[in-house]
Amino acid sequence: MQFGIFTVGDVTTDPTTGHTPTEHERIKATVAIAKKAEEVGLDVFATGEHHNPPFVAPANPTVLLANIAAQTERIVLSTSTTLITTNDPVRIAEDYGYLQHLAEGRVDLMMGRGNTGPVYPWFGKDIRDGIPLAVENYALLHKLWREESVDWEGKRRTPLQGFTSSPRPLDGVAPFVWHGSIRSPEIAEQAAYYGDGYFHNHIFWPSSHAAKMVRFYRQRFEHYGHGTADQAIVGLGGQVFMRKNSQDAINEFRPYFDRAPVYGHGPSLEDFMQQTPLLVGSPQQVIEQTLGFREYVGDYQRQLWLLDHAGLPLKTVLEQLDILGEEVVPVLRKEFAALKPAHVPDAPTHESLVAAAGGPRESTTVHAADDVTGKSPEEVSA
Amino acid sequence: MTLKIAVVSAGLSDPSSTRLLADRLADESVRLLTERGHEVVLDVIELRPLAHALADFMLTGFATGDLEEALASVSRADALIAVTPVFTASYSGLFKMFFDAVDNDALEGTPVLVAATAGTARHSLVLEHALRPLFAYLKAVVVPTAVFAASEDFGSTAGGALDTRVRKAANQLVALLGAGQPTRATRPVKVTIDNPEDTPDFASMLAAVSR
Repeated sequence: MQFGIFTVGDVTTDPTTGHTPTEHERIKATVAIAKKAEEVGLDVFATGEHHNPPFVAPANPTVLLANIAAQTERIVLSTSTTLITTNDPVRIAEDYGYLQHLAEGRVDLMMGRGNTGPVYPWFGKDIRDGIPLAVENYALLHKLWREESVDWEGKRRTPLQGFTSSPRPLDGVAPFVWHGSIRSPEIAEQAAYYGDGYFHNHIFWPSSHAAKMVRFYRQRFEHYGHGTADQAIVGLGGQVFMRKNSQDAINEFRPYFDRAPVYGHGPSLEDFMQQTPLLVGSPQQVIEQTLGFREYVGDYQRQLWLLDHAGLPLKTVLEQLDILGEEVVPVLRKEFAALKPAHVPDAPTHESLVAAAGGPRESTTVHAADDVTGKSPEEVSA
Repeated sequence: MTLKIAVVSAGLSDPSSTRLLADRLADESVRLLTERGHEVVLDVIELRPLAHALADFMLTGFATGDLEEALASVSRADALIAVTPVFTASYSGLFKMFFDAVDNDALEGTPVLVAATAGTARHSLVLEHALRPLFAYLKAVVVPTAVFAASEDFGSTAGGALDTRVRKAANQLVALLGAGQPTRATRPVKVTIDNPEDTPDFASMLAAVSR
């Protein structure tokens, strides 16, 4: 079981002090949070991708992740999410392929569609086309990482002929991919078809959504012959705020909750905790709640928490990471390990994927085209 | 055959003339259907107790508790009776918030009887310029007679004008139900988390996006 954090990089005014971090502060804070996540023993750091204020989650997460990769040793770097709809799959293949080399394989990524209508046309797309874009773009990305010379003709980008995406994946093994979706079964179907992971963000929405989506993904994973339903690769989000004494946690978090982006000015903290997986309380409550997730999604492989939003200051976020690392995750690691049946796999890592592929493969690109004329050697010599 | 009628009343006071009108329309519809040998299950939904939940829904995007049940009830109904007071030349904001929360295709093909109340009959065209287009957008089948009751209609039974309109409208609603059109069954299936099994096979999704 992997434990980690995911961020959307929102720049939000701290309602208790009125302080609004600059973009620069927020960006540097994100790096500090990622480094701290490794220091306290977490396994995964994932960043969102946004192109609209108030988010400074990078427009291209690979820039942030490459910087973090250079300052960390062990933590897996991921996304939450990479926009498969509005990015050119060729750029995703090359950018993340490059990152995979820089990070020595400590990279996987989560595909998402993005739910902000105005963003799509900035990239020449249309939100109503979200699912077909996700299906087509990922089909191409999947091919680019697995085939050296790609011929492609789809409906949504210029055709490719004999195209090689570079650099080739490290050791000849593509980064592991998760597909995230809150309530579109088509995306769970897609994840199942490829035998990829499925992630439910499991925040801001009733947990029944996660349960229904995961159940369907597991059934389809088995249908497509990747293993039994309980061997499918499932990740869940979560949102917590902890203090030793649960009432202190509630008192401290309430002003942030009340004005938070997404759900602020709406239900009370108490109602929202009842309606969604949000947990504000003691570390022990977080442990009990997290173990409870297993009851409705089954044995799963990755748990990510959202800690750094709604204007919480960096100092507080780092304290939250200390609590996670010292009091919560060690217990969860032990408990989940004891509960997991032997036939349920762990989340794939670069090492496990290389081993499954029968060892590393030389991945140097052999150029199919003449650098001067752009023609293939065959054409030139003909 | 058991038929389910949902009645939505956006009246705010107690007793509310909006609710009184809703009850008269419901009673008449039930009477007519019972005469024809149907069993009728009536679900009256008062919007006032759902007001906070509706505001929360606007902000969070999901419904819980009584609101979730009310929305499900409206989606499952064989017919709907929707009654609002007139506020500032239109349906009330609360009434609109509720129908904003109803799924866009939940009322497709559902027979709907619309009605409104106000202090003066000068507002009566609200039914035609506000309620009818709202339900047309939702692709509901709105019965031709919309029922408007002003204060004076409750105060006087002269000519039985309100009674006549109530009977006429209820008859029209019942006639639509009597046609026994399986409107729900013939709708195209929209895939949601509640029916993921209707998701197209991935091969067909792939085929649809490739040339």
